[in-house]
Amino acid sequence: MSTDTQQPSGSLPVLQAADFASDQEVRWCPGCGDYSILAQMKKVLPTLGVPRENTVFISGIGCSSRFPYYMNTYGIHSIHGRAPAVATGLKLTRPELSVWVITGDGDALSIGGNHLMHAIRRNLDINIVLFNNRIYGLTKGQYSPTSPLGKVTKSTPFGSVENPLHPLSIAIGCEATFVARSIDVHIKHLGMVLKRAAEHRGVSFVEVYQNCNVFNDGAFDYATDRSQKSDTTIELEHGKPLIFGKERNKGIRLNGMDPEVVELGKGISEDDLLFHDEKSTEPTLAYLLSRMTHPEFPEPIGVFRDVDRPSYDSLVNAQVRDARAKREGDLTALFNAGDTWTVN
Amino acid sequence: MSATSAVAKEISEIPSATVRFCGDSGDGMQLAGTQFTNTSALAGNDVATFPDFPAEIRAPRGTKAGVSGFQIHFASEEIFTPGDQVDALVAMNPAALVTNLADLVPGGILILNSEAFDDKGLKQAGYATNPIEDGSLEGYQLFSVDMTKLTRLAVESLNLGVKESDRCRNFYAMGLVFWLYDRSMEPTLRYIEDKFGKRPEIAEANRRALTAGFNYGETTDALHSQYRVAPAKLKPGQYRNITGNQALAIGLVAAAKLSGKELFLGSYPITPASDILHDLSRHKNFGVRTFQAEDEIAAVTSAIGAAFGGAMAITTSSGPGIALKGEGMGLAVMTELPMLIINVQRGGPSTGLPTKTEQADLMQAMYGRNGECPMPIIACRSPADCFEVAIEAWRIAARFMTPVMLLSDGYIANGAEPWRIPQVDALPTMEIRHPSASENGDEFHPYERNERLSRPWALPGTPGLMHRIGGLEKQDITGNVSYDPINHQHMVDTRAAKVAAVANDVPLQEVDGPETGDVLVLSWGGTYGACATAVTRARQLGTSVAHAHLRYLNPFPRNLGEIVKRYKKVLVPELNKGQLIMLVRHKFLVDAIGLNKVQGKPFTVAEIVSKIQELVK
Repeated sequence: MSTDTQQPSGSLPVLQAADFASDQEVRWCPGCGDYSILAQMKKVLPTLGVPRENTVFISGIGCSSRFPYYMNTYGIHSIHGRAPAVATGLKLTRPELSVWVITGDGDALSIGGNHLMHAIRRNLDINIVLFNNRIYGLTKGQYSPTSPLGKVTKSTPFGSVENPLHPLSIAIGCEATFVARSIDVHIKHLGMVLKRAAEHRGVSFVEVYQNCNVFNDGAFDYATDRSQKSDTTIELEHGKPLIFGKERNKGIRLNGMDPEVVELGKGISEDDLLFHDEKSTEPTLAYLLSRMTHPEFPEPIGVFRDVDRPSYDSLVNAQVRDARAKREGDLTALFNAGDTWTVN
Repeated sequence: MSATSAVAKEISEIPSATVRFCGDSGDGMQLAGTQFTNTSALAGNDVATFPDFPAEIRAPRGTKAGVSGFQIHFASEEIFTPGDQVDALVAMNPAALVTNLADLVPGGILILNSEAFDDKGLKQAGYATNPIEDGSLEGYQLFSVDMTKLTRLAVESLNLGVKESDRCRNFYAMGLVFWLYDRSMEPTLRYIEDKFGKRPEIAEANRRALTAGFNYGETTDALHSQYRVAPAKLKPGQYRNITGNQALAIGLVAAAKLSGKELFLGSYPITPASDILHDLSRHKNFGVRTFQAEDEIAAVTSAIGAAFGGAMAITTSSGPGIALKGEGMGLAVMTELPMLIINVQRGGPSTGLPTKTEQADLMQAMYGRNGECPMPIIACRSPADCFEVAIEAWRIAARFMTPVMLLSDGYIANGAEPWRIPQVDALPTMEIRHPSASENGDEFHPYERNERLSRPWALPGTPGLMHRIGGLEKQDITGNVSYDPINHQHMVDTRAAKVAAVANDVPLQEVDGPETGDVLVLSWGGTYGACATAVTRARQLGTSVAHAHLRYLNPFPRNLGEIVKRYKKVLVPELNKGQLIMLVRHKFLVDAIGLNKVQGKPFTVAEIVSKIQELVK
């Protein structure tokens, strides 16, 4: 979403991360990945030039959804799955506010799947940050819509038999205009992604791989472990070929419609690789990237897609503005519309 | 009957008449009824209408399931109901006849489209023989007219297809009834021009069909008497005809303007509430934003978001949708944000009877949420009353920082009556205050209360007042999350006390009739007209009976407990199994008696009169 600042320069106090901290004690489990996301958010917000009072965090239910309590901004800790709908009402009526939705894999993709889908396809100018820990943490350890097949949890003692959702595939399927992924412990990368999301006009959807060290510890070790992360993840850069590996000697090539991992050299050059284009108007490439999963592929992180389309709130408000410019509403005229008669 | 002799046409003056148009749901009966209503209203009559249509858009042609009807009661005196029985029935096919004939008064006028009474049509309606010919309709003034043929002839030279020609049949029927009741065709001719002006051949066909029907009445021998209903002596002023849903929409726009707010509606289409969404979506030049949400839950929660931002937030629905909004309404109660939840009730449970009326959601409004979750409830009594109730509901919501449930029903929503158009300057303005940073010192307390127990409505964008709200229990004053047992007790008690305090801010209950007596009829919602008329009639029979009709259902007006004890018997007529009566008995320990009906239809006046008389026997 956009970060317009109409304040005259110099009138804005210089804010620090600490200015965005509320007076509430943070009550996530020690070691939770949420701490890192909170810290990055507090660092990014002062760089956006949006006053605290014009920033609103809206969440649903779940561990991640306690987030608004810890921010010294306006906020609503709403009900399970409904944060995108709450945000829609607020943003349509107060388009000048910077609105963030904080959600989790259960909140956004299970109980709230419908609202997520529609907020995205309408291109509402908000930032949605989905903390994906692939587990239900607040209810103490049931499988979530992103838990892998075979996952043993309290409610799947024999292993999950449900095919998981890929959050980014959903977002891209709904033609989100900004889609990105980062990882809780990659703090610089996470900060960059959050800032890009904030700067995008229209809906921004960010998936953050987040470790739940109590109920699903190590779910993303493959992507965070220093010894292997350069082989298991691939950092997307606009206009650059998809290269990865410790030696930066591996890449992704398209074979027909299918991506494949190739080794550079031996007749394969960088020019043969898939080049990332986050501005592509068709969501096909971004979707293809969202389907690349460990261990067959390195999992892409960074910005998958960043395209321009008028935002829902701007279109709604343009209709209101036009209607008013044509003829401001007049109650007497409204009351007397149509056939009337007089009784003496 | 058959009209064989040519007699001079005479006009009889009558005080009132009730006419019902009925036919297939594709026959345009709702349009015919609406046009006749507007014409009668413009002629100065008081009118009350009862549209009655099936849930299916087009049930199989000619079947009883597909019959759609529109009843209009018009009078030279003030009336409150669409009439118990009809004086004239227009039936476009056998299915319409068989399902509606029972409501025609003995000797009443019966106009049939004879063309539809063929073997197939008769069979679909279950007639073994043709009622037009078998003498079974002898007790009525029967006019059997081949409307199909006469309409086709009237539009012949326009070279329309058979289908399009037949579509003008409702205008033919209208023309005939217009003549019968000495009505001007002008308003309908204007309507035709407005509606079909862009398709001149269709406009012309409808004009010709209307005129042909009118001329048929005037020139043939079949009908030899016209009726005239003089203008009613209504209160002086400017009037228009209005349905309940239209009046609600206009009232909501007015409430927003009077309170200096912009209106936000989050809504998901549902019968019979959708027209409010349609109407409001046209009023963008008042700053109205309508959001057709992905579901009922998004509709209510988007309204909560808009309320947090400072808008006049509304969600509209009917029973099944209200059930889905339950958790959202709880959040609105917990966050103490002002908004309106409008339930245009219909027959339930579950999908129930989508197009039929009922008032069985009062308990849902009172208790249909988890936890101790009180909310003021206010109900409309008639189409025009919706305007005032909309404004009053928003006044309470904003003044007490609470969601308010507004109850209408299908009968009020689709029914029409004359509305005395108010002067804008005479409407009460509402001042809504939002705190600014300066007046609150260093620390802002979002749950600090005023003398009405209502909390400050601090808006995002206000420096220094940043705060977080949500569904978890709040600590008193600070609004921080609190699991403290004593605090929870205090907050539950406080929310209840706040809603109870609304009683101090609304008028005392008025009673129509003697201050003490044998019977008090206590009613609410759309039964107003039937109850008021029944009480008047029972009093004419010498019965000592009074009537109290409730607008405020939660909390009750503060004198209600004293009123119900002044009468020997309290009768509570309701279109449910007894919901208001349960509240009244519980609250006032009064041995009230119910009159209950759940047939998807309003009460007839006779049903209530008979119950009143039974009580005083």
